Amino acid sequence: MFDKLLPIDPEVAARIEALDLQFNKFGVDPYGIDKTDLTRFVSAFAWIYRFYFKVDVFGIENVPSTGRGILVGNHSGGVAIDGAMVMGSMLLDAEPPRLPHAMIDKFIHEFPGASQLMSRTGQFTGNPDQAARLLRAERLILAFPEGARGTAKLAKDADSLVGFGTGFMRLALETKSPIVPFGFVGGGDALPTIANLKRLGRLFGVPYVPVTKWGLLIPKPTRFQLLYGRPMTFEGTGHERDEVVESMVGQVKERIRDLIRQGRQLREKEISEEDLVL
Amino acid sequence: MKVLVTGISGKLGRITALKLLKHGYDVIGIDRRPWPEAPEAIEVFQADIRKRPAEDVFRTHRPDAAIHMATVTHLVHKSPDRMRVNLYGTRAFIHHCHQYGVKQAVFAGRHTFYGAAADSPLYHTEDEPPISAHTVPELADLVAADLYAASALWRYPGIAPAVLRIVYTLGPSKHGTLASFLKGPNVPLVMGFDPLFHFIHEDDAATAIVSALAHKLHGIYNVSGPTPVPLSTIVRAAGRRAIPVPETIFKLGVGRLGLPHLPAGAIDHLKYPIVVDSEAFRRATRYTYEFDERETINSFRTAK
Repeated sequence: MFDKLLPIDPEVAARIEALDLQFNKFGVDPYGIDKTDLTRFVSAFAWIYRFYFKVDVFGIENVPSTGRGILVGNHSGGVAIDGAMVMGSMLLDAEPPRLPHAMIDKFIHEFPGASQLMSRTGQFTGNPDQAARLLRAERLILAFPEGARGTAKLAKDADSLVGFGTGFMRLALETKSPIVPFGFVGGGDALPTIANLKRLGRLFGVPYVPVTKWGLLIPKPTRFQLLYGRPMTFEGTGHERDEVVESMVGQVKERIRDLIRQGRQLREKEISEEDLVL
Repeated sequence: MKVLVTGISGKLGRITALKLLKHGYDVIGIDRRPWPEAPEAIEVFQADIRKRPAEDVFRTHRPDAAIHMATVTHLVHKSPDRMRVNLYGTRAFIHHCHQYGVKQAVFAGRHTFYGAAADSPLYHTEDEPPISAHTVPELADLVAADLYAASALWRYPGIAPAVLRIVYTLGPSKHGTLASFLKGPNVPLVMGFDPLFHFIHEDDAATAIVSALAHKLHGIYNVSGPTPVPLSTIVRAAGRRAIPVPETIFKLGVGRLGLPHLPAGAIDHLKYPIVVDSEAFRRATRYTYEFDERETINSFRTAK
C-alpha cells in the first residue's frame, strides 16, 4: 500500500519480524495484516513516537508477553493520540514486541485510506465477535471503554473519566482474558481542544470536529506519561447481571483513575518513578 | 450411488461432475445449457430445473443424492428470470428431492450471503444473519435461496441437506465472479479501500462439494481454502494493473469508462471484506485444500 514512499527502518523491521504472527505466501496474516505495509508504516510512525512526541512508559512488563489480554485505558482528549502511543509502546518498547488490535470506531473504516491503513495493520471496528475471536487466537486487544465520549473530552477535562462501557468486561470474562489497565497523561496538552463541532462532524461523517486553541488539528510536540498497571483477572462467564459486571468495571475504572493520578504527579514532578505503585 | 447434479454444464458443475465420476459415483445432470464434451458415462438432460422434464429426470432415474448448482450467481445478470431461477429453482430442487426419495441433498451457495459492511466481523460463522442483503438487491435472491434451502433442514428432515457457503472460486476456467472482475489488464479498485478477498481454487471447491456428499453432511457450512488476501495483491499477482478510482467516480461510472458492470451496492464488496470461518466444515470432513493462495492465482493467470 505505501510502496516505496516510506523507507524501512531496519530496527523496526527486526521488531516486526519478531511479532508472533503467521504470514502467508503474500506476507499477509489470517487477519489481513501485511508484513511489508506494517513495517513501512511503523518505520514512519517510530519517528513520530520517538522524536515528535516522547513517551515515558512505566510498567510495560505488566503486559503479558504472550497470550491473550485486553489493554484498557483512558482517552486523554482530542483525537486518539493515546491509542497510537499505546500501539507505539507495544511495538517499539515492549520485549518481545506485540501488535495490539485496537477496537476502533466504525466511522474510521468508512474513510478511504484510513480503512486501507487500518485493515493492513490489524485495526478493526470494535465488534464483540471480532474481539472474542482475536482473544481466542491469543492476541492482544486495545479498548477504550469511554469510546468517542472519551476523545470528546475538552483539554480541561483531559485527566477525568467519563462513563465506561461494559463490553470489555463481558469479553474478558467470556474469554478468560486478563485486563491490563493503563493510564495515559498529556493528551490535553498535545491537542488542547476548546470545543467540538458536532454538526460539522456530521457533515464529514465523523462524531465531531475538535477545535484546538490554535484552531488547527495539529498536535504540538509533547511528552506523555503512559503507566501500565498490574493485570487484573475476574471470575465469571460474561453473562452476569449488569450490576455485577458494572461493579467489576468500577474496579478497573478506579485502577485507571489511580494510574492517571500518578501519571499526572509524575508529569508535575511531584513524585518520582520510585514512588509509583503500578 | 447415483448423484444428480443440477447446473452440471456450468464450469464448477462440470468439474464437480468429473470429480464425482472419478470417485466412483454414477452421475447424471440437468442443465438448460448443453455440455457437448461430457464424458459418455455422464448423462446430461437439457431441461430447466423448474419445468416438468426436470422432474421426470428425478422420477425416472431416482438419484440417491443430488447437488444443486443451478443458480444464477453472476452479479451483472439482470434478466428478470434470474430471481425466478434462483428461488423457484431451489424450491423445485428441494421438492423433487423430497418427492422422489433423494436421501441427501447439497446446496452449493455463496459466501457473499453474509454481505460486506464496515462494522461486520472479519470471520463470519454460520450462525450469522445476512446483514447486508438489502444493499445489494441483486444478491438478495441468492440469500433467499440459501435460507430456503436451509429451511429444508426442518421441513424435510429425510433429505438431510447440506448448505455450503463457498468463497469465490478461481482457476484455469477463468469463470466466476472474481475471475470476471479480473478479466481485463487493468482492474479498477475503490481508492483508499483494499478488502481481503477469500477465494478457493475451483478444483478444491469441487472437492469440497464431493466431500460434503461423502461425509453425508447436513447443516450449514462455510467452505474456504487458503487464508484471504488483499484484493490489490490478488490483482497484482494475477498480472493485472490495479487502478484506484475514487468512490464517487466509481459509482457514477459503473458500466462505463472501462469500469465493471456492478450494481451500486456491490461496490461495498470492493471496500469491505467477506471472509468466512470454515472450521466446522474442516472438522466434519477433514477436508484440506490442495492449492494455496499463490498457486490458485497462478492457475488463473497462466490459463489459456
